[in-house]
Amino acid sequence: MVERKRYDNRLGFWGWLGGGRWGFERYVYTLHRVTGLGLLGYFLLHILLTTSRAFGEPAWTAWMDRVSGPVFRYVFEPLVFAAFVIHGMNGIRLILVELGFAVGKPEDPVYPYRTSLNKQRPLLVAVMIAAGVVLAIGGVDFFGMGH
Amino acid sequence: MSETRILEVVYRVRRFHPEKDEKPYWQEYTIQVEKGATVLDGLHRIRETTDPTLSYRYSCRMGVCGSCGMLISGKPRLACNTQIEEVLIQGNLVTVAPLPNFDVVKDLVPDLAPLFEKHRAVRPHILREGDALDPEPGTEWLQTPQELDRYVQFTYCIRCGLCMVACPTFATDPEYLGPMPLAQAYRYIADSRDGGFETRREIAGTAHGAYRCHYAGECSNVCPKGVDPARAIQLLKREFVLSYLKVIRHRGKASRSEGPIAGAERKAGVPEAPAYTIEQKPLT
Ligand code: SF4
Ligand code: FES
Repeated sequence: MVERKRYDNRLGFWGWLGGGRWGFERYVYTLHRVTGLGLLGYFLLHILLTTSRAFGEPAWTAWMDRVSGPVFRYVFEPLVFAAFVIHGMNGIRLILVELGFAVGKPEDPVYPYRTSLNKQRPLLVAVMIAAGVVLAIGGVDFFGMGH
Repeated sequence: MSETRILEVVYRVRRFHPEKDEKPYWQEYTIQVEKGATVLDGLHRIRETTDPTLSYRYSCRMGVCGSCGMLISGKPRLACNTQIEEVLIQGNLVTVAPLPNFDVVKDLVPDLAPLFEKHRAVRPHILREGDALDPEPGTEWLQTPQELDRYVQFTYCIRCGLCMVACPTFATDPEYLGPMPLAQAYRYIADSRDGGFETRREIAGTAHGAYRCHYAGECSNVCPKGVDPARAIQLLKREFVLSYLKVIRHRGKASRSEGPIAGAERKAGVPEAPAYTIEQKPLT
């Protein structure tokens, strides 16, 4: 067969941000991935920091000084906390959904179609509200009175 | 006087000629179409009146064959199933591009071969692992309506590939099996006549299989037939987890009728089925 030139039309990371019908769950999916990557970055830094202790106290203190400025205190730490809450709460929903809970039983496709997304949406709203409440409490602790 | 039935619309179409172009470009056509015309009708109008070199794929014109999937005004849709008026942007513009995530062969024609290869890989047919599919001709596999309900939604798939285009995971992982093949894997696993669970688990229970899905749900949003592949994939994961936990499921346990179904008689004038034209082999 003659090999013809093709054009590679893969969306790549753009496919995370938009595409399909731009449904709500897509953005929660993207948020889950981004917060996951953020937490991974945090864990790597954390391991680096605690490893420095093995090189003696001066190394440890130098590293701790580097990460205790206001940028870490008021930007990165709250971001890590937010990522942890969102990733964790949404993770609970994903565990339930991926075990086949909350997606409903197969049904006859009758137009206008209602899908498993509609079935699990109350769960999504519930975990988002719960995440919002925990974030608000954390926010008071990070930025609130007494600091 | 009756309201005018003619619309003037601008089609902005993504063009690519594999022998002439380095990369795709947009071309605009202004055409007149009747109200109610579909996006596919508009493409026909362009070919008939303006540009016979425009390539696109279609067959049934009625949302059944799954050949005319395109990115229409930015969203994956079937061209024959979408009226132009539904997708007008900026007044009278409609954009038409080939389905992304697949190579472009020419203009609006994507190469869907990878989709069909993945579909074939999940063995989309009843598997009896060693048994002949039809051990005693004249008898039937018995299935209750409840057993049918477990999978019938997923049989409506027309293999159009819109779900693969909408899926953010498939956008970055070409190895991912994708919503359509995974939904079809579940369609057969959930069928009480099927005994191919282990065979399919080796293909669909891998890192690039069902576990790659994190429920962005776009496949179910775009599916033109209401198949809901996202649901099928979650139910498939449940089957894999249950089997890992060794929870007994009665898979492939449909019984066969003792003989021809009682009371079923051939209607007068209906001829016998012709003899098989291919050799019957046990399916593995
Ligand atoms: S599941 Fe729906 S969108 Fe995907 S190929 Fe089948 S019919 Fe098309
Ligand atoms: S032409 Fe067959 S589905 Fe559109």
